Amino acid sequence: MIRIDTIKKGIVIDHIKVGHGYKIFNHLGLDKSDYTVALLKNIPSNKLGSKDLIKIENDIHLDLTVLGLIDPGVTVNIIENGIKKEKIKLTLPERVKGTLKCKNPRCVTTLENIDDVEFTLVNREKKEYRCEYCDARTSM
Amino acid sequence: MSSVRHLIEPTDLTQQEIEEILQLAEKIIEKPEAYANACNGKLLATLFFEPSTRTRFSFEAAMLRLGGRIIGFSEPNSSSVAKGESVKDTIRTIACYSDIAVIRHPKEGVPRLASKYSDIPVINAGDGGHQHPTQTLTDLLTMRVLKKGLEHPTVGFCGDLKFGRTVHSFVKTLAKQGEAKYIFISPPELKIPEYIKEELPEGSYVEISSLDQAMEELDVLYMTRIQRERFLDEGEYMRLKDCYILNNEKLEHAKEDMIIMHPLPRVNEIADEVDKDPRAVYFQQAKFGMYVRMALIIKLLEMEGK
Ligand SMILES: [Zn+2]
Repeated sequence: MIRIDTIKKGIVIDHIKVGHGYKIFNHLGLDKSDYTVALLKNIPSNKLGSKDLIKIENDIHLDLTVLGLIDPGVTVNIIENGIKKEKIKLTLPERVKGTLKCKNPRCVTTLENIDDVEFTLVNREKKEYRCEYCDARTSM
Repeated sequence: MSSVRHLIEPTDLTQQEIEEILQLAEKIIEKPEAYANACNGKLLATLFFEPSTRTRFSFEAAMLRLGGRIIGFSEPNSSSVAKGESVKDTIRTIACYSDIAVIRHPKEGVPRLASKYSDIPVINAGDGGHQHPTQTLTDLLTMRVLKKGLEHPTVGFCGDLKFGRTVHSFVKTLAKQGEAKYIFISPPELKIPEYIKEELPEGSYVEISSLDQAMEELDVLYMTRIQRERFLDEGEYMRLKDCYILNNEKLEHAKEDMIIMHPLPRVNEIADEVDKDPRAVYFQQAKFGMYVRMALIIKLLEMEGK
């Protein structure tokens, strides 16, 4: 296995479902980073069979809501002085503002510029959200 | 702004409020002249971004019969909307001139958006295939008046139950009103959605595909249109469409005092010959629609007892 040195200060995003690593990597804009980052794909995992993992050697702001939307199964580890300071387990957010887009072509949100459209989780298993304006269900 | 009440979808009203509106509507039916000045000096704006003569007239007649006045447009071409003005700006402007606004729009969610920017009450008069709450109030009032005292009605819904929003909304609201039995009559591909059935008590409904099979049991028959474009297969449409057309022959086994409702406009799902049957109440229903809108306007403007 390839060795990636343990980081001193930063964030490790663990237990990413295989394939989601790249999505999250791009979403966080890590492709443009000037600090050390690592995206590991298809790592053997006891829990998942295999998983993706991202290491970020920097203190960046993470939007946990969006991360939870992409992959609610991930674990976020905050590292300080080489040790795990905090471990955050993500879940699907009950309410999401401003990040989702309604997929209903007849929805007013496709007609007008509306900030902060609110979506409410209606089905956790299917990752389905309901648009506050048209009630249409949008899944991730 | 938060104290202003809007009606965007039926769930915006509590059971208590629906009850009050229906009671007030009944009082208006009994003695309309007592309400002829109930909204004196008030102005209702009808913003119809798509034409719907029937609905607009119903609201305008309601306001005029309350002694109020009306302004508005009935097609977007003639308005500032044609110049690209946003819904937000349109409602903010209209709210300066008028006391209550009625909005119809082909896009879903427009009335909800408008209500967020409005300091006068906004009523949704239909937003695409989404909601049409005053139709639901109309249906409730019709049943209440014409089926007075009937405690556990058996209500049949026939036609396109998958896409028919009036049915969805009526069923959901009815279910909160008390005990009823529901018979959903539709072709398999147009069955009522799961999420509507989920809100009904267990054992309170059945789903069948033949209107004849249900007829003799029904106290209320709610007819809807079956649209050709809902079918993937033309042959399937041709085969099924006649099963869901109501005519005198099908009515032979119906109860004497059953009522036949329809949100209108009808196309061919009720044969003209049925119009003469005293059980056909769909034109009366339109009249109830005006009364219930009168009651709603009074409530939202808080003009009751003034
Ligand atoms: Zn929407």
